[in-house]
Amino acid sequence: MATKETLRMLGPGEEAVIDKVTASGELGRRIREMGLVPGTTIKIMGRAPLKDPVEIKLKGYNLTLRNNEADHIMVRSGEE
Amino acid sequence: MAGEKLTIALAGNPNSGKTSLFNALTGARQHVGNYPGVTVEKKWGVAKLGGNDVTIVDLPGTYSLTAYSPEELVARDYLVQEKPDVVVHVADAANLERNLYLAVQFLELGVPLVIALNMMDVAEAKGLSIDTDKLGKLLGAPLVPTVARTGKGVPELLAAAAKVAAERKEWKPLELSYGHDVDQALNELTASLNGGGREWEPLSPRWVGLKLLENDSEVKAQVARDPSLAALTGTRRQELSEHIRSTMDDDPEGIIADHRYGFISGLYRQAVTETRGQRLELSDRIDKVLTNRLLGPVFLLAILYGVYEFVFWASETPVGWFETFFGWLGGVAEAAIPEGLLQSLIVSGVIDGVGGVLGFVPLIAFMFFAIAIMEDTGYMARVAYILDRLLRHFGLHGNSVIALIVSGGISGGCAVPGVMATRTLKDPKARLATILTVPLMNCGAKLPVYALLIGAFFAAQQANMLFALTLISWGLALIAARILRWTLLKGETAPFVMELPPYRMPTLKGLLIHTWERTWQYAKKAGTVILGVSVVMWALMTFPGLPEERVASWESRIEAAQTQEAKDELAHLMAQDEVRHSVAGRMGHALTYVTAPLGFDWRTNVALVGGFAAKEVVVATMGTAYSLGEVDPEESESLGDRLAKDPAWNPLMAFALMIFVMVYAPCFVTVVMIRREAGGWGWALFAMGYTTILAYVLALLVYQGGRVLGLG
Repeated sequence: MATKETLRMLGPGEEAVIDKVTASGELGRRIREMGLVPGTTIKIMGRAPLKDPVEIKLKGYNLTLRNNEADHIMVRSGEE
Repeated sequence: MAGEKLTIALAGNPNSGKTSLFNALTGARQHVGNYPGVTVEKKWGVAKLGGNDVTIVDLPGTYSLTAYSPEELVARDYLVQEKPDVVVHVADAANLERNLYLAVQFLELGVPLVIALNMMDVAEAKGLSIDTDKLGKLLGAPLVPTVARTGKGVPELLAAAAKVAAERKEWKPLELSYGHDVDQALNELTASLNGGGREWEPLSPRWVGLKLLENDSEVKAQVARDPSLAALTGTRRQELSEHIRSTMDDDPEGIIADHRYGFISGLYRQAVTETRGQRLELSDRIDKVLTNRLLGPVFLLAILYGVYEFVFWASETPVGWFETFFGWLGGVAEAAIPEGLLQSLIVSGVIDGVGGVLGFVPLIAFMFFAIAIMEDTGYMARVAYILDRLLRHFGLHGNSVIALIVSGGISGGCAVPGVMATRTLKDPKARLATILTVPLMNCGAKLPVYALLIGAFFAAQQANMLFALTLISWGLALIAARILRWTLLKGETAPFVMELPPYRMPTLKGLLIHTWERTWQYAKKAGTVILGVSVVMWALMTFPGLPEERVASWESRIEAAQTQEAKDELAHLMAQDEVRHSVAGRMGHALTYVTAPLGFDWRTNVALVGGFAAKEVVVATMGTAYSLGEVDPEESESLGDRLAKDPAWNPLMAFALMIFVMVYAPCFVTVVMIRREAGGWGWALFAMGYTTILAYVLALLVYQGGRVLGLG
């Protein structure tokens, strides 16, 4: 298993698996509702022109979230 | 279902094709309103099933059934309180895993459920093969494949819904396992909730317990009404949550959500096969260009520019028709009603006033049409994505830009639909900040004022002047938003976790329905409110009439005049005297004490008071007040010439007036809309107050500052 990092640190085109969602309360709920739960594979599709928010692909659809929200999503590298 | 009318509730994620399905089911037989107390739209319609009418209620699009957002609460309250015969969950087959999350919540709630597996064509094109029978058996709810855009599968869906409604009357909640710790806590809560002959119908005690663990404020409040259960909403619940948190290192809510998705991925693996590997889809390829770091903003500007060109180009002719029609109607009324107060009321008050606003209907309709295209294709979500970072600097949200543009971010919009457009904002404080600042944009009604004054005083650099005014209004709106977010609307911004739906070709039917709904809302509101305000303004400018001896003196002078020209001139002067004598005229005079430092005279003041009804009125009222008879905003050269020659006027004063008109109190219809959308007269009055004070300060700075610099 690779070193722990957050979704913010990933670059465009990179894939990873969600390890843990550290946000609680409304943000944590919202993140999970959209399918960002542990074990999900995500791929970074790109970042907005001002480098924030970030666009990711998971479960076959596209989602965007801000960098400070991406900080709450711990990932491990895609190859298991 | 002998004699009993079937009610079907339609639910689903945003972007799941729910609206298309609703349109396919109900066609033109649909109604729009608002849920009481919230700004969430309520839609219902009628579908035909074997000769019987079926009521279809379209619940707001949600990702979940918690009680956090107004949409989610409305959807859940409707199900629990109204108990529809069956719920049809519209799921996007091409995005099944995420969509099934809501389905699982319906199953946990226990409602009679049918799942419409929508957009099957897209799913197949994506290489997904879904075993609907198997998935239906695993879920315990029938699945009907549909393609709402073409109407495929819609009759089968209705039949399946009717069958479920006939067979299942009671609610049967699905009981999932959420792992050892949560299950144990849940069992304890359920046992306590079950005792004492309490009635939770139609909810199951287990579901109530689940919501307590999920920290659902609505359910907590409901349970707290029974004092013997106080411990369950207080300490005991907290202890259980703490225990789960310490053993699992996560919130109970998080663990519950994870298990729901775990359940879903189990089903998904059994019933769905992906026949093709993940490849870059067309939508992603389009995004590589449209949201590209360098090209994205260029396309954004080009598209917005194109939208405006389109709206003005397309609406020019129909707006002309409306104007001609109201002109004709005024003529007819003038001929049919004898001269006097009644004629004046009908022609000047009702027809001119309401006609002035309804004349904008084609423009508004095309604007809504363009917005519907941007929304239905999925581009609107990209606009928010591209601009979120920039707007966040000012305490706004990516979606705020749509409201700002609609309101006149590129000159010519209207703040009424602009305020309505803020509904797409989920962050309540950012939304309020947007609502309060969109009236600063240069709406279409301010343009005649600019056209008049720029034409008269800045003829050499018309385009530059208009561009400068556009920049000033953007700057003011963003700064005002920033200040509001630092002061009255302090607080964290809500999360920005937003789906970017795949690009889709919109259907003409969907676009037309969207456009019609919103345009009709605008026409209805504007029509009724403006009617009232027009009559009030008319009365203010008519009463009290001149004293009898003054009328007699004017009439004898007109009688005595030799030429028709002299007669007309005297009639104008009499009209001017009447306005001066009226309530509005006296207000204008009284206001000169306040506006003298800005350089405005009493006639401008009257016009500004009138402008509160609608900004178009400013030019019309100045025309009347300057005694030039009828001044059409489109042909304001004559008034412009008059102002340019008037020694009391100069370019500095004209500029101060333009700034004042840009910023001061939003028009009455906008104020009413702000009250509705911001949820109270307090905010509406605040919007009027702060803009007027800001307008005064800015105009004062411009006028006095300009004089110091020797410009005036």
